[in-house]
Formats: sequence, C-alpha cells, structure tokens
Amino acid sequence: MTSDRHLDGTSPVSGGGGVANRAADHVAHAIDARALTRRFGSFTAVDAITFHVNPGEVFGFLGANGAGKTTAMRMLIGLLAPSDGEAEVAGYSVATESQAIRRNIGYMSQRFSLYDDLTVRENIELFGGIYGLATSEIADRRKALLERLGLASHERDFVKALPLGWKQQLAFSVALLHRPRVVFLDEPTGGVDPITRRRFWEMIYETAAAGTAVLVTTHYLDEAEYCDRLSIMVDGRIAAMGTPDEVKRSAGVSTLDELFLRLTRPGAAA
Amino acid sequence: MTEPSVDRRVGAPRADGAVPDDGIAVEARGLTKRFGDVLALDRVSFDVRHGELFGFIGPDGAGKTTLFRLLVSLFTPDDGESRVLGLDPVNDLWQLRRRVGYMPGRFSLYPDLTVGENLAFYARVFGTTVDAQKATIEPIWRQLEPFAKRRAAALSGGMKQKLALCCALVHAPDILFLDEPTTGVDAVSRGEFWDLLGRLRAGGLTILVSTPYMDEASRCDRVALLQRGRVLRIDKPAAVSAAYPRPLLSVRGGDRLGMLAILRAHPHAASVWPFGASLHFTDDRPGASPAQIARDLTAWLARQDLPAEVEPIAASIEDAFMWDMLHAEVPA
Repeated sequence: MTSDRHLDGTSPVSGGGGVANRAADHVAHAIDARALTRRFGSFTAVDAITFHVNPGEVFGFLGANGAGKTTAMRMLIGLLAPSDGEAEVAGYSVATESQAIRRNIGYMSQRFSLYDDLTVRENIELFGGIYGLATSEIADRRKALLERLGLASHERDFVKALPLGWKQQLAFSVALLHRPRVVFLDEPTGGVDPITRRRFWEMIYETAAAGTAVLVTTHYLDEAEYCDRLSIMVDGRIAAMGTPDEVKRSAGVSTLDELFLRLTRPGAAA
Repeated sequence: MTEPSVDRRVGAPRADGAVPDDGIAVEARGLTKRFGDVLALDRVSFDVRHGELFGFIGPDGAGKTTLFRLLVSLFTPDDGESRVLGLDPVNDLWQLRRRVGYMPGRFSLYPDLTVGENLAFYARVFGTTVDAQKATIEPIWRQLEPFAKRRAAALSGGMKQKLALCCALVHAPDILFLDEPTTGVDAVSRGEFWDLLGRLRAGGLTILVSTPYMDEASRCDRVALLQRGRVLRIDKPAAVSAAYPRPLLSVRGGDRLGMLAILRAHPHAASVWPFGASLHFTDDRPGASPAQIARDLTAWLARQDLPAEVEPIAASIEDAFMWDMLHAEVPA
C-alpha cells in the first residue's frame, strides 16, 4: 500500500490559510503531530512526539502499557489539551478546533463502541444524529451498511444479543458512518477469535484503500505487521518508527517481538 | 474429538478405560451451563493432573470465565459434575474455597489501598499473614516490593496482574485458577507473567489458566481449545500443531493483498490467511507433497507477476484453532 504518499504541495502550516477554508482544502497529512506533549504534574506522559499519518495509510500505534499511547490518542481526538507542541487531525488543530475534529474523525475502542441496550438500527440512527447527518442520509447509509455486513435481517436485534465479532464489525462501520478522514481504533480486536480478527483487518484494508487514514493500537504484534507504518512508544517518546521491515532492519532483529522486548526492557536481552 | 462425554458421572470409567486416580487434580464431566437462551458451556469434559499447567485457549464467549466460576464454586452447573482436589464444588464449597487460589478476569482488588495493604487484607481473610507466607509468594513479591506503598490504582497493567496473582497465592493454595490474567497486557509483560507461572509450576503447584492469546499455548503442559462453550480439542501444544490435517505453507512477498486474492483463487486453496509478515496457505489435499505445492504456488503467483518465497511450515496453535473452528464436528 502507501509507503510515503505525500499529496500535492499544500503544506499544513497552521494559521496560514484561514480556518474557515481549511476543511475544504487538501490536507497533506491526515494526522500531523509536532512535538506533542502532555504533562500531569511533574510526570510527562507524552514527551514531544512527532509523527504523521497519510491519507489511506494504516498506522500502527504500539507501545507497552503505560507508555503514553492512550494519552496521545486522547489528545489527537480532541479530548485532552496538549501541554506543549501541536497537532492537526483532518486539518484541524487539536488545541483550538477540537469540536471540528470530532466531526471529522471516527473512533472505536474495545471498551466503548455501541449501546448494548439499543437495537442495531437505533445505534446507527443515534450515531448518525450525533455526527450531524440528515435523516435521509442516515437512512441511506444504514441500509447500505446493513446490507454490506449481512445484518439486514438483524436490524431490530439488541446489540447485546449479537456475537462479539458482528458487534465489532458493526461498531467499526458505525465509526465510519459520517465518512471521516481519519479513524482511530483502540485495540479493536481484543478477545476476538482468530478468524474474526483477520476479517476485521480486511475491513481495515478496504477502509484505507478508500482513502481513510487508520490509526490502530494493538497488543497482537502479528497485527502490527499488517500496518503500512508503525511507531513504538517507550516512556512517552517514539522509540522506533517506519514500515515493519524498516524498524526491524534498522534494529537488526528479525521479528517485532524481539524489537519490542529490546525497546521496552533494555538490558533484559542477553 | 478428544474427551467424548460418554458417561457424565465423575469417577466413571473413561473412554480409554482408565479410572481416574489420585493423579487427577481437576475432573470435569459434561459440565453445562445456560444463561437464559445462551448455552455458555456445552458438555465440557477434561482432566487436569496434579502439578500440570493447563491452559484454556479461546476468544471471548468461549465459556472460559463460566467454566472457572463453576470449578471455584461461584456458579452451579445445570448439568454435569466436577471434582477439584477430590471435592465437589457444589456440596463441599467451604472446604474447597480454602484450598483454591482464584484470580478473576476483571481486576478486583481495592484501588484505594496500597499494594501492601491489598496483600495484607487477602492474607487476613484466609487467617494468615504476609510474613507467614513469604516463601510462597517470594518470586512475585520480589517484583512488587519496590511498589509496596503505591496505591493499586496507580500500577501499570502488568503490575496490577502481578499483584492480583500475589493476592491469589497469599493463602498458599493447592491449586490456582487464573482467568485471563494477561488480557490487555502488552506482549513483553505477558511473557514475564508466564515466566512467573513457570516458576510456580516448577514448585509443584497445579495451575489452570485461561487466555485469548493463542501464542501463550506453548507455555502450557496441555491445552484445551474452547469455542462457543465447546471443547474443540485437548492435547499437548506440540501435538495440537502436529495434528494439523493438511499441508501448510508460508508465503512471503511484497503485495500481500494481491497475493491474498490470487492464492484464494487457487483450485486447491482450503484457506488463506494473513499471519504477521506472511500468508498461510492450507492445501485441501491431505496427502500432497508440501515441496511440490510450494513449487506450484510459486509458479501460480509468478504468473500474476507476484514474486514470492513459499515454504512448507509446521502449524501453530492459531492455525490449528482456525482449522478446528471451521471444521469441528458438532457433537450430538
């Protein structure tokens, strides 16, 4: 897929082009973080991370527990203000335009995705409304989505009655209902059986092929191999970044497991 | 299928004719549990020997948590029976609970208490003290001690799991039930947790552990693969891999998506799945020569301008699990 697909010459200089027009302009990067930092008291959770994600790219956002991934992601989706540095997501500043960001991104996590006590249809209508879609648009997209997932005969089922694999595919589709330019997936395949996990990744590929940027976290290192590029965070910093082959080659290791061990437990390797 | 549930009575002669002896720490026969319309466990039978590290491998909804709750006396079965250390979890629950260490899947320690306070609390519930049990918990406590005064809520995911394990061990149980101790924990911390289990096993403890991570199966003496309340297979990890019934090949090349589509169109493709940096191709001809298939596939891909390295490989637990998911016979 894309390895380094820069679009036309438009640069995402902040404050340059006038806020009102920017959304309609071409955005060179779907995510562009520069020295993004977050401190909690004396603790620096995210320490000046710089990276970008291109449109249509699947970017793996890896790191040990407590490395700062969640804090970084919360800044990128506009839920937490940075202490320092800056980032644009879908062309909007995370510091000053968090409302616009939320309308232009999709987000799905293992913990929160859909409402169990609403039906499939009600969930789609609820999120369509939250994303500001017109009623007729919601109805069209609902039908298309349910047909694609083979769930048309289940639209009146409660979400809690669906098998986990269906639920996750539905949650992913709902996160894409408003056709965001960037989608954030926080451990989307945790606990899922290995076949459903692979089908889910095929959905990710299709989404990226249609031009959406995908940032995904996972604890399955084999899944990291499916990403176009990835970063590995250690103690709030990005310790490695590149294509899976690049990061392995530059560290002189043959698997991501080895690299991960070396970065997160320096001194542990014999 | 291994372990057919012929006779549901515990202690009854098994299919292989052997009568369970004192070597058996846990015996389950036809355990079945329903929640409303959902059949959470469907006639699950197995034995775990004393001193074994036995893994239950399966995704969410496989029945792992329900099974453990039945065995530690928190649920009663709708059908079937079990014995843990010779005790019946339904009728002998108070005797059993003193001898069992149980680490539930959800973190259930007191977040506002420190590491040391949580441990002291669990020790006291079982009428003992942390000092009296130092020998039992030593390998874990050594890693926790630097954080003894930290509130449990402020621990990292991996350290929380170690504290929970320590609390499950502090009354020196004869058997441990660990329900998904590594879920959501990063790969390196997971490896460290399994190192600890290996040391406890070396000390003679019987350990039953559940996990959704297929790669952890190799750390167990034996595993049961579980899917939707049913046992797909029980065996040693190496035997599960060795029993893979078709030739399996690894395919590596540049355009993985392109290769996936072309390989799935191959006339003898039983399945093709991405596996990390490579694709795994299962041929549908049980007796075919893997070397010949490798040459065929290389040529097949070359015809589409997709240069690739193809080589026969041994199946992993995950390959076996996926095969069983798609091909397991549904027991009557």
